[in-house]
Parts: sequence; C-alpha cells; structure tokens
Amino acid sequence: MNWLHSIFILAVAFVAVFLEAACNTPRLLFGAQIDFLPALMVYTALTNGVGTIVLLAVCSGLWFDSLSLNPLGASVLPLLAIGLAIYCSRELLLRENTFAQAVLGISAAAFQPLGTLFVLLNLGVSPLLGWVSLWQWLVMAAAGGIVTPLGFALFDRLHHAFDYPSATQLSFRPDREIKRGRM
Amino acid sequence: MLKKSHYIAIVVVVLVVVALLKLPLETMGKVKLAISGLFLPLFGLAGSTHELAGEAQKELTPRRELVREIDQLRRQNQEQKIQLEQDASLWNENARLRAAESWPGQTRWRVKLARVIARDPANWWRSVELDLGARDGIRTNFPVMTSDGLVGRVQSVSATRCQVVLLGNPELRVAAIVGTNYETGIITAGSSLPQDQGMIELDLLSGNSLVHPGETVVTWGAGGVFPYGIPIGKIVDSRPKEYGLSMEARVKLAANLNALEEVWVKVP
Repeated sequence: MNWLHSIFILAVAFVAVFLEAACNTPRLLFGAQIDFLPALMVYTALTNGVGTIVLLAVCSGLWFDSLSLNPLGASVLPLLAIGLAIYCSRELLLRENTFAQAVLGISAAAFQPLGTLFVLLNLGVSPLLGWVSLWQWLVMAAAGGIVTPLGFALFDRLHHAFDYPSATQLSFRPDREIKRGRM
Repeated sequence: MLKKSHYIAIVVVVLVVVALLKLPLETMGKVKLAISGLFLPLFGLAGSTHELAGEAQKELTPRRELVREIDQLRRQNQEQKIQLEQDASLWNENARLRAAESWPGQTRWRVKLARVIARDPANWWRSVELDLGARDGIRTNFPVMTSDGLVGRVQSVSATRCQVVLLGNPELRVAAIVGTNYETGIITAGSSLPQDQGMIELDLLSGNSLVHPGETVVTWGAGGVFPYGIPIGKIVDSRPKEYGLSMEARVKLAANLNALEEVWVKVP
C-alpha cells in the first residue's frame, strides 16, 4: 500500500497545481489564489516517510514553479522544511484530531508563502508585494486551515477504499467455552 | 527521527534545488516549459470541457434570441464597414503625408487569437499561459492585447504554448504617452490596495506635467517592443513625487486582466 499511497499523494498534488493554475475563482472571490500544497504536505508528513515527503516537495514544487514566474525550485525548499519539521515532531502531534489538523494547516499555509518569498528576495527577485499581500497571506492561511482536515478526510476514505480491511477480533474466546458432557 | 540516509537525501535535494535556482534565465525558461508540458493533457481536457459547455449553451439558447443577436451583429457589422472605409481613407491620407515628409511608413497590425489556458498560481506575479507557441509564429517580446487595450508581452515560448507577463508585474515596464498633451512616462507595478487590482502607475512623468483625470494613456513606441498607440488605460489621479521633481499618476487599465479568456498576440 505504501507505494500506492505515495502515488495517490503525487497525483493529488499534480491535480492541485493544475487547479491552482486553471481555476481563477478563488482569486475573483477572495483576491488571492489558494495553495493546496502545504495542506497536502501536512498530511504526508503525518502519515508517510521521509521518501514521500522529499518526493512530494520536489515534484509539487517544480510543477508549481513551472507554471509560475517563480525561479525554478523556489517553492521546493519551504515545502521540504514544512514536511521535515512536522515529521520530526509527529509523535507529539494529535494527527487524528481535526483541530490539530486545522492548526497545522494554518501554520503550514502561512509559512509556505513566507518561505518562498524569503528565497525569492535572497535571489534578488522583486515580486509584487504590498498591503494586498497581507490580505492574500491571511486568505491562504485560512484556506490551509480549512483544506487540511478535508484532505485528511479524503485520504482516509481512499485509504479505506483501497487498503486491506483490518482483521476484526472474533467474539469467540476459547477460555469462556462451555463444554458439555462428562468432564 | 531522521536516519543517515535521510540526511543524505535531503542534502542532495537542497544541492539540486540550489543548482536549479542558479540556472541561466534562458535555460530555466526552457526547463520550466518542459516541466509544465506535463500539464498539457489536463489543459487540453479543460479546453475541451469549456468548448463542450459552449456548445451545450448554444443548443440551449432559444432561436428567437439567436435571431436577435444576428440582427444586432449585422447592424454592428455595417457600422464597422462604414468606419473601416473612413479609416482606410484616413490611412491613405496619412501615408501620403508621411511620404511627402519622408517619414517611415506605418504598417497595419497583424494579430493572432489565443486562448488563456492557465494563470500564475503564485499571488505575487501576474502572468498567464496562452495556447499559441513557436509553431504558430510566436516569439518572445510580442505584445499581447485585447480589443480594449494592452495586456502584456510574451516572456517565453515553447512549441505549443507561451507565457505572457501581464501589465502590473514588476518585471514589465512600458513606455507610455498621455494621449492629449504627449507627456511621457513609464508604466510600472500597480497599487497595493486590494480593491485596486485594475490599477497601475505611470511613473517618471516630468515635474511640471499637466495630466488630468480621464485622459487616455497609450503605448509610446520607444524601446521597440510595443508599437505606438496601443491603449493602456485612463488617468485616475496624479501626485507630485520626490519634492516635485517628478510626478506619478494612477492609471485604470482599459483591459480587464482578471477576466482574460481570449487575447490577441501582435505578430510582425
């Protein structure tokens, strides 16, 4: 199931990047495009190994930058940082708690644009920044908080649909068996 | 916790990313277009769905509505024909006067229709991808416009697609001229207020410029990328800058960059 799970995650990342480029509705409604990749990275870091985290950061980051004016690779490092930070402390996180998922989603979605901007500014590139960027950052963070629990629910459903069913415990217990007849 | 092999993988990824970030601009553009080529099937699918929706809408439109639209278009067509004849006579007169003054002659614009297939997913850039590429004769720096006005210029081209930098992007600067009083300036990135997405700034106007709200701003033609006369927008207001040494004006864009679906690429 592990490789299938990784493929699912990459496929979702691919479609997410396509939707971000093809669908202009969030930009028209809220004045900012929503980024699904931090939410996906939160899910991956809490449920998968380092291999999948690195693969997701590299592939989704390059896909995102290829459709953007970002220098190629600018989104990879912040995504990788998010993934590794969550992975290293995942024993301490309540991954099945919706509130915890939302908080992690908000934090990741808030960190991702800041990290990318840090990379861009260090490269000497001057992106379009102003007061509107603050609003866009808030929208992205809030969307991350909403999308992350939804992502968990979606992947859990997929997991249940494609994974082997877990063995159920029988109600039969040999120590409680009533034996009839002569003892 | 992380194992030794994990650390090695992370270091390798970081080094590869740094190498990618240091790629020359031209090579980076080619690599980006090659990677974004993976999305072509999805963009194709989205385009087909869009066309199907259009066809379905045509089927559902009542006949009476279609006849009304045809009548309206016929009238509009006749008006345009009359205007075109008048323009042709003006064009001939202009050509004669230019020849008499030994000025270089003007050529008519040739344009190609392109569909917007993607927008920049990052919030801090303004760019779009079009479904025309080098195969269709598109090259870098070709101006892109709508019937309302200038939109941007072609930044990079692959065989079947091209990336266009839109007005208001920090990388795109356009020499502009105010229609009535011929004040010149440079179009730069727009206002930072959320409600002013359609605004850009006309910078580097001279300190004693007389620009008034409502005046039309068009491309100047200096620099060789944009020809003279493509409408950019209208002046909203102006204010002095640098202790009155220069002025800047806010310009409301003629083209609606948020609702771009089809654009025209000017080819030589």
